Amino acid sequence: MSFDIAVMQAFNGLSLFTVLALMALGLAIVFGLMGVINMAHGELMAMGAYTTYLTALIFERCAPTLMAFYLPVAVVMAFAVTFAFGLTLERSFIRFLYNRPLDTMLATWGLSLILQQAFRSLFGPREVGVPSPPWLTGAWQPTSGISIPLSRLFIVGLTVVVGCALYRLLFGTRWGLRIRAVTQNRAMSGAVGIDTARVDAVTFAIGSGLAGVAGSAFTMLASTGPVTGQQYIVDTFIVVVFGGVESLLGTFLSAFTIAQMQSWLEFMLTGSMAKASILLCVIVVLYFRPAGLFAAKVRR
Amino acid sequence: MILSVEDVTVSFDGFTAVDGLDLAVEEDELRCVIGPNGAGKTTLLDMICGKTRPSRGSIKFKAHELTELIEYEVTRLGVGRKFQTPSTYEDLTVLENLEISYPKRRGVIGSLFFARDAALMDKIDEVAGRIYLRDHLGAKAGLLSHGQKQWLEIGMLLMQDPELLLLDEPVAGMSPRERERTAELLTGIAEGRSTIVIEHDMAFIRMIAHTVTVMHEGKVLAEGSMDEIQADPRVIDVYLGE
Amino acid sequence: MRQRARPPAGLLLIVALLLAVPFVSDGFREQLIAKYLCFTFPAIGLVLVWGHGGILSLGQGLYFGMGSYFMAMFLKLEAAAQSNTGSALSQFYGSSLPDFMVWNSVEVLPWWWRPFHSLLFTIAAIVVIPPLFAFLLAYANFRKRVGGVYFSIITLALAAMASIVIIGQQGYTGGVNGITDFKTILGVDILSDRIKRVLYFITVGTLVTSVLVVRLMLASRTGKILVAIRDREDRVRFSGYNPATFKSFAFAMSALLAAVGGALFALQEGLASPSLVGIVPSIEMVIYAAVGGRLSLVGAVYGTLVVFSAKTFFSENFPEVWLYLLGGAFILVVLFLPTGLAGLADKLVSLLRFPRASAPASMSVRTAPEDIDRPVELGSAPPA
Repeated sequence: MSFDIAVMQAFNGLSLFTVLALMALGLAIVFGLMGVINMAHGELMAMGAYTTYLTALIFERCAPTLMAFYLPVAVVMAFAVTFAFGLTLERSFIRFLYNRPLDTMLATWGLSLILQQAFRSLFGPREVGVPSPPWLTGAWQPTSGISIPLSRLFIVGLTVVVGCALYRLLFGTRWGLRIRAVTQNRAMSGAVGIDTARVDAVTFAIGSGLAGVAGSAFTMLASTGPVTGQQYIVDTFIVVVFGGVESLLGTFLSAFTIAQMQSWLEFMLTGSMAKASILLCVIVVLYFRPAGLFAAKVRR
Repeated sequence: MILSVEDVTVSFDGFTAVDGLDLAVEEDELRCVIGPNGAGKTTLLDMICGKTRPSRGSIKFKAHELTELIEYEVTRLGVGRKFQTPSTYEDLTVLENLEISYPKRRGVIGSLFFARDAALMDKIDEVAGRIYLRDHLGAKAGLLSHGQKQWLEIGMLLMQDPELLLLDEPVAGMSPRERERTAELLTGIAEGRSTIVIEHDMAFIRMIAHTVTVMHEGKVLAEGSMDEIQADPRVIDVYLGE
Repeated sequence: MRQRARPPAGLLLIVALLLAVPFVSDGFREQLIAKYLCFTFPAIGLVLVWGHGGILSLGQGLYFGMGSYFMAMFLKLEAAAQSNTGSALSQFYGSSLPDFMVWNSVEVLPWWWRPFHSLLFTIAAIVVIPPLFAFLLAYANFRKRVGGVYFSIITLALAAMASIVIIGQQGYTGGVNGITDFKTILGVDILSDRIKRVLYFITVGTLVTSVLVVRLMLASRTGKILVAIRDREDRVRFSGYNPATFKSFAFAMSALLAAVGGALFALQEGLASPSLVGIVPSIEMVIYAAVGGRLSLVGAVYGTLVVFSAKTFFSENFPEVWLYLLGGAFILVVLFLPTGLAGLADKLVSLLRFPRASAPASMSVRTAPEDIDRPVELGSAPPA
């Protein structure tokens, strides 16, 4: 295999990584804090993607000259919409299901079915795509053999920015401090006056917002349909569980590893066997390290 | 000597809970372990019953090395543990709670074909009488009062018939009358068994203990009869302060 | 003295109804109900493993699929032998190839297809492989105290994986279309009405037997330990039990039930399909048990029939509404009706029988009316 192809292959993996990383970070934050697995997380990603699509449509109709700028606006909108939706969701029914993680899985699966049907009714059963803004069309060609689409570079950049922002939020702000405190010791946090209910709501909303951004990024890779979310949800769970819920860095690394593995295996085997091998590999790793590959050593 | 704890040490995240502890319990002895919170008392019980593995040291029970075993294996050897908060099977009846604790046929296949025979029912009847719950055999454990749940748990231990009984604060949350009844209960069941009791209530300990061990910061501070302990200046310093 | 489980009224009623079906309804409806009944098996499995064991298996489809594919392979090989399709090469090796293999240019029957020429092997495979696999998987995990959500995700991932592989390996598995077009079983025409009726009664019979067997299991000490593990796993260790073996056993039994359901499905519907193996169908199987009542075996039967009837009705008449209803069912059952329809029925029955007997659970035993006065007889059975 030539160097050029290797680089392009690695970059393929990188694009998948961005979507997986954003999705997984969102899920990991929620799971780590509240032990809640949101099976509708994939639909939140789709929501972000559809929001991006709608933003593009609105720009097309109302401000066609500003089309070049629709994408950053869309990303922000995707975050805002899914953030708000996540907040509503948490307040309206997730919070009644704390300490019942299995039941939460079922209830959120029900929600995902409802959302899928809603997407189908609103946007039709066929997939929709978004136009590529002019400054993202084309590719970067550092050498004559390597051609990396600019849109993919953009989403990698987006992920890095979001990752840094998240880090800054969690480790540099008071809200982040509250979130970390409640994650580590809910009872004590409540006792020192932190409003744990609000922290839960905001954290869930942030997790959802991250899924929305992932959806936005996803639109640069492929078109979106009502069942798109469902296709990524298992991968996202796998990334979260593989990386260990304790650390977000672990989630990041896990997403990178799995995305790269998928990209390379797909290149070498058929698509289905690649998927199957990864799942198998993860299950085997989990057997030896049930806390996740990148988890810190767990006491006892 | 039925239980021998030698130079046992365990740390959690840098905090040394138990530090080079030595303890020996004789047959038929009722040993009370007291000490301020954080002294390592519950951790000691955790290590004996297989819940926590010490990083150093050995715990021998009747020539078996317990530090290598996990909970159900230690239990099957004849060690019974009662927890601080009453831990009964809430959805099962008192009868079923006792029945489950019967130490026969504890594998899957054995349990499938396990039938209630006269020996079992006799034992349940006897134990239920001792724990003052004979009239409540059909009640769901979840409906019992706090004190009754503690007794039920003691009853479950009796069914198991362990040679070494580990009791963690058995009278916590009980009224004075209930404490008296529990003291009677415990002195009765400690006969023919070795027992380690963790407690804070001095009056209660005086009622039941043969020997008392005082723990402080993961080590044994003093050991002796109740009078000796209460007169020991080191103990007074650290703990009793009266 | 052995405990005897009394068959409850609910079970008798459903058996009566099911037996009456062939005589009161037309062939089409009978077929439909026969199909629904196949899905009661994974639902019953879930009552065992989830309701009583606390293990949410989101991958019942995998075992349902094993059962249906194993049976389909047998039936397909029989069909192929009769129509004599296949390459000269395969004929040289002594076995005709199923048609989809021919279409996918597969030359020789793969070695792992060969044993399915024999009905005996097929049946043995159906009752041995799924539970064995399930047991090993579960034990490996439960030994390491992997449980709860993590284990559920693993079951989900396995079902997803199976579906992906089946679809991807078209030449060997029939791909996304599955394996279909069976003709006969042991020489008897599988498409005839007579055989379909026989299969219907076999299904009902197997269902009733399964329900009774699982009831016995739940009434035994094993069942009680399972419930104890569900509620207080740590405590059970201190009673001297190894929770891993009990949980794995329950999981294996649920896999066996799902596989049996799958096999019956292949026989009746003439199809084994990957669309019944992946995530979506696996999670749907949970709703059958949830709606019926995750603690009630008979409830699971009712639940499956109710959900399927609703699915058929709405998919035909108001297709957009169906997913909203199904999604809503998940949410409603989890939030408001955790014991399902069976729990609702129980409450109604007890209200009718003892109008003043609803004592709050927090009352101490001294004032709770029923339990304390009920004498405990030797050999009495626990409530159904």
